[in-house]
Amino acid sequence: MAGTTLYEKIWADHVVTAPDEEPTLLYIDLHLVHEVTSPQAFEGLRLNGRRVRRPDLTLATADHNVPTDPLSVPVMDPISKRQLEVLGENCAEFDITLFPRGHENQGIVHIIGPELGVTQPGMTIVCGDSHTSTHGAFGSLAFGIGTSEVEHVLATQTLPQQKAKTMSVTVEGTPPPGVSAKDIVLAIVGRLGTGGGAGYVIEYRGEAIEGLSMEGRMTVCNMSIEAGARAGLVAVDETTIDYLRGRPGVPTGDEFDVAARRWRTFVSDDDARFDAEITLRAGDLTPFVTWGTNPAQVVALSGAVPSPDDATDDDEKSTISRALEYMDLNPGTPLRSVRVDVVFIGSCTNARIEDLRAAAQVARGHRVSEGVRALVVPGSRRVKSQAEAEGLDQVFIDAGFEWREPGCSMCLGMNPDILSPGQRCASTSNRNFEGRQGRGGRTHLVSPVVAAATAIVGRFASPEEVA
Amino acid sequence: MKPVRVVEGRGVPLDRSDVDTDQIIPSDWLKRVERTGFGRGLFSEWRDDPNFVLNQPEFVGATILIAGPRFGTGSSREHAVWALMDYGFEAIVAPSFGDIFRNNSSKQGLVIVQLSVLDVEELMAMVRANPSRLIVIDVARLSVEVPDADWRREFALDPMTQERLLEGWDDIAISLRREDEITRYEATSVAPSLRNVFDTSGHERVGCSDIG
Repeated sequence: MAGTTLYEKIWADHVVTAPDEEPTLLYIDLHLVHEVTSPQAFEGLRLNGRRVRRPDLTLATADHNVPTDPLSVPVMDPISKRQLEVLGENCAEFDITLFPRGHENQGIVHIIGPELGVTQPGMTIVCGDSHTSTHGAFGSLAFGIGTSEVEHVLATQTLPQQKAKTMSVTVEGTPPPGVSAKDIVLAIVGRLGTGGGAGYVIEYRGEAIEGLSMEGRMTVCNMSIEAGARAGLVAVDETTIDYLRGRPGVPTGDEFDVAARRWRTFVSDDDARFDAEITLRAGDLTPFVTWGTNPAQVVALSGAVPSPDDATDDDEKSTISRALEYMDLNPGTPLRSVRVDVVFIGSCTNARIEDLRAAAQVARGHRVSEGVRALVVPGSRRVKSQAEAEGLDQVFIDAGFEWREPGCSMCLGMNPDILSPGQRCASTSNRNFEGRQGRGGRTHLVSPVVAAATAIVGRFASPEEVA
Repeated sequence: MKPVRVVEGRGVPLDRSDVDTDQIIPSDWLKRVERTGFGRGLFSEWRDDPNFVLNQPEFVGATILIAGPRFGTGSSREHAVWALMDYGFEAIVAPSFGDIFRNNSSKQGLVIVQLSVLDVEELMAMVRANPSRLIVIDVARLSVEVPDADWRREFALDPMTQERLLEGWDDIAISLRREDEITRYEATSVAPSLRNVFDTSGHERVGCSDIG
């Protein structure tokens, strides 16, 4: 009999009950909550006279709509202000720990879980946000849910779930210099397409994944949903254990050793079988840029905008034509000749300390190109403080970047950080959908180093061009 | 949720693939704390265009949206389902759907009908040829029919989703009937309590080293 996959191990550990002809009831170890997808869930609890079953397994923060202006500036948008207040009221009423705007632990929900050590291997983690897949980097089963499911978890600490299929994505070898975790995952999404991972949980494997830091693994798992997969996983190894040691939510002393021994079991068995397997060679990868309006529309930075004539069927042809029209691009245009108006370094994909260090290294001693607005939005207050302790803020400020307060910011345009119609943005975020960063805005997804280089050159560029 | 047995109405063809949930309801609408009123925001970035299919008089009042592959991918926002239903849609027909969107729909009673690419194209063509023709989706028989064209196809739903739609069951009530089993599971659970880390005001109980 074949061994079991990491996904199957975590699943088996969390089965509350598996009745015949009904979905399995799965226990949830950690429920992360934010202001946008929770108000209607709390209202549902009140209407039905229900309580929060495990407030001690629930953690809330404000991230999606918080302004990234200095804290002295109040929240100007009355609807956002109300939503933030409602989160505070709900957490007080139901006794849930909340990190509001300005709190030392506040930040993007998928940044703070790992950095506070509350994301741990072998756990089940949910949040009303599709990028919950990020936490899978720790060998935990983490996926996004809708508001009805948020209410369900609040009330029962469980979710009825159908078992997913498993897919292994193996990235063999080591990537060339200048190729980051973001480029690896853009290549994977490009290969799978936006629907290729639907119905699957992906486990990322291979030398290139093992060689990534936890930050890099989070970047890869984060974008699993862009290939349609609700969750991505990476097996636990010493990189995972080393990252966790000393964080607030993690046990200390002998208890840590006990926990670490257990965590090390969250790997797929050598003889485990996956329902689907794909392999990429890291050596073939280069820095990537998206050219279109979905994250699978990727091209090498050194390449050119594709043509509808490259399409293999009529559906793809019209998809490419529509995307080119929205993006205002002509087939055959080299990416390196395309000018940008805005550069955004931030989001749950790429706003961790390592991302900011990499971008700052490129920006150091240079100036942002005339006419380009460049923003750096740290993923959390802790990331911001750490960056400031290392002097990265000054590197960015000296180079002409804006250094802002933490939040989701221009990734999804719910706060005042938005693109104007027609503006073109090089963004380290995860979605290049039409209007995602502001109505009529045009988004190109890139890595932090490509974003920094692009800000300095004024058109898509790699770090070598500014060195 | 209300039980859904049959959806009977006119269709509207939205011939685009990868209609993500940001397109269905842009993020600007997500600041609201209510569950109603999202219909005005449905496809709002496209609605200004008089040629957009929902603005064409022959399709006003349609209750079945027929769309291209990968409908509802991207963000987990259930607001997308609320917007579609608030606008008046009762069912979505497409060749494939985003997983989270499909889940969210089942909780609200929005019927998800997955057909082959060819069948969806045929249905779109029939609706374009005669926008007033009736489409009948039967949740009990798992069929979609265009009676005046003598066209009938079957679709799949997992049995639990089908049953919940037909009965209008509340998932939470069903799970709460398992409360004894949940309590029994919790006795063995190793999920670490956050109460040991933070007090409820969010302040840490113990010190913390720098992140790196």
